[in-house]
Amino acid sequence: MYAYDELDRTLINERVSEFRDQVKRRLSGELTEDEFKMLRLQNGVYLQLHAYMFRVAIPYGTLSSNQLRRLAHVARRYDRGYGHFTTRQNIQFNWIKLAELPDALADLAEVGIHAMQTSGNNTRNVTSDQWAGVAPGEIEDPRIWSELLRQYTTLHPEFSFLPRKFKFAITASDHDRAAIKVHDIGLRLLKNAEGETGFEVLVGGGLGRTPFIGKTIKPFVHGHDLLSYVEAILRVYNQYGRRDNIYKARIKILVHELGIEKFAKEVEEEWHQMRDSALTLDDAAVEEIRSRFSYPVYENLPAMPDELKKAAHDPDFEAWRKNSVAPHKEPGYAIVTLSLKPIGGAPGDATAEQMDGVADLADKYSFGEVRVGHEQNLALPHVAKRDLPALWRALDKFGLATPNVNLITDIIACPGLDYCSLANARSIPIAQEITRRFANHDTANLIGRLHINISGCINACGHHHVGHIGILGVEKNGEEVYQITIGGRADENAELGSLIGPAVRYPDVADVIEDIVEAYLALRARPDELFMDTVKRLGVEPFRERVYATR
Amino acid sequence: MQLVKDGKIATDIFARVADDAEIPADGAVLISAARFLENPDILSTRSGPTGIIWPNNRDVEDLVPHLDRLAVVALVFPTFRDGRAYSQARLLRERYGYRGELRATGQVLRDQFVFMLRAGFSAFEVKKDNDAAAFLATVKRYSVFYQPTGDGKVTALHQRMLLRHSESATL
Repeated sequence: MYAYDELDRTLINERVSEFRDQVKRRLSGELTEDEFKMLRLQNGVYLQLHAYMFRVAIPYGTLSSNQLRRLAHVARRYDRGYGHFTTRQNIQFNWIKLAELPDALADLAEVGIHAMQTSGNNTRNVTSDQWAGVAPGEIEDPRIWSELLRQYTTLHPEFSFLPRKFKFAITASDHDRAAIKVHDIGLRLLKNAEGETGFEVLVGGGLGRTPFIGKTIKPFVHGHDLLSYVEAILRVYNQYGRRDNIYKARIKILVHELGIEKFAKEVEEEWHQMRDSALTLDDAAVEEIRSRFSYPVYENLPAMPDELKKAAHDPDFEAWRKNSVAPHKEPGYAIVTLSLKPIGGAPGDATAEQMDGVADLADKYSFGEVRVGHEQNLALPHVAKRDLPALWRALDKFGLATPNVNLITDIIACPGLDYCSLANARSIPIAQEITRRFANHDTANLIGRLHINISGCINACGHHHVGHIGILGVEKNGEEVYQITIGGRADENAELGSLIGPAVRYPDVADVIEDIVEAYLALRARPDELFMDTVKRLGVEPFRERVYATR
Repeated sequence: MQLVKDGKIATDIFARVADDAEIPADGAVLISAARFLENPDILSTRSGPTGIIWPNNRDVEDLVPHLDRLAVVALVFPTFRDGRAYSQARLLRERYGYRGELRATGQVLRDQFVFMLRAGFSAFEVKKDNDAAAFLATVKRYSVFYQPTGDGKVTALHQRMLLRHSESATL
């Protein structure tokens, strides 16, 4: 965990008082809505269908139990008792009142949480692997660098009015859980031949209307040069990114139009003029940030404790353990994913009671630490294996032990037309219906790893392009229809899914998903050939035939 | 609109000269980039100070040979949402060493003052009178800064390291 010091606390308090003044000026009419809009967006406040929506940053997905309790407090005190975890390690509250927002921010600031730049045309919340610091085989903890970037990007005087939003993601593991290839800047931490830390830098990835997989702009940027190199990219983008058309304003379009070589050359020229500037991080500066992170003191515990052996006789426990429990770098510990995807629920939603419950369990079983992943689930990153059965029983009481992590009912979905003013179609009811169709755990388990992603409009907050099955809601002649893609993925082998055919109507979506799954079960070469691999081997055609043969 | 300079509301001594009007031989004037580029020698032939209004889509490198003879460089925010002039300002100050008046023009609002100061602006054509009057109070809002720019503010990271250094020195 990174602990704020007096300087961090001062800055967020100054931001809260600035925002309080901005809200006051808006309410008095001194600021027009057009002027206020950008100011509120820079603080995570959207005007949605029914009310203001408030998006709070959870930098690189790390929360302390006290911070989570405070999020529960905001849900209870200022909202309707729940929050929605997003695909970018944020939490959203959907029913907040404008006049109360400064108080909500002040309450959050007390525990070192803010909403700065969670929307607007600026550098957004820096996201990372939710297993950072605990995943076996990780090169080093990417959160040190995430925090350096968080500070560097917060209230940047040059880059707070970019052509469009700008997102960073960082990973330090071979298996990319941070989806770095679909971010404006993706950073893969690695070591050079001298054992020094640096990054492969990718640029121009992104989803939305025009999806692109990020391209490598530089195979190795030394950690010392990370901030200056990032500044060079941002400066080139700030000056040359398109501002004439909102749909062509992301850096991915600039990279695409110039070509990666030309763009890389521009960045390199800029960088060479400023690489030896005050942005250079020496080892002492990196150590200064590292020193503000605290780590648990693990006990030397057995990898296979008696409690676990005993619980293995309970098939319900085993069903949960197999999908929710992942190896930890310490053999006596495990990483536990908490599914926020109950059958028939809204993906990513958690009630204030659940948040408080998780905070208590984190204190009891996970050194007071909680993680948030882009899959819209939570995780407890340091659970002693002997505690797994007790934790499972406690989670079950809060409705947080659905044994479906990474299965077909672990659906990623945006809020869609039920909340969002940008949406063209509903997302949540589609997700709910699909989870009901696959509610039987044995069926879901038989299908195996399969990610469904749903977006209610082309902006792709549900990352449908990179779902193994992607569902995109669009509006056609006043009706909600859905385009279905298959074969996408967001990991280190990221790919965009392919359309299987014409869009289908709202009532038919769940049937179509069932058809696709049945086709897969019939077509897979072996029971352990995953959906992704079958699609890769056979292509879209057999799935298309199956879906449209009778439609 | 009011001009804020050195933190105070000031009288603007620079007259804007329209592109089709004659440039007076003396007195302080602001002329357009297009006009200037037609005849850069204007800087040495006039007796009064000359400033230039530089658009945000033109490379400021073109100004470099003339910087020491320019009294004002006025950069433009067509709307406050268009942030290109922040990069131009930092380049002029930090890379090209421009020390004259750097003026923010266009939609200049209170909530951008801190960013503009940090980027190197020293004069502000402020749209609303209330905002101009609130200038000093507004720029004092922040005391902590995460990024190094040419304004010389000590960053949070460096403050911490200084603190750490002094702590270890006293141990």
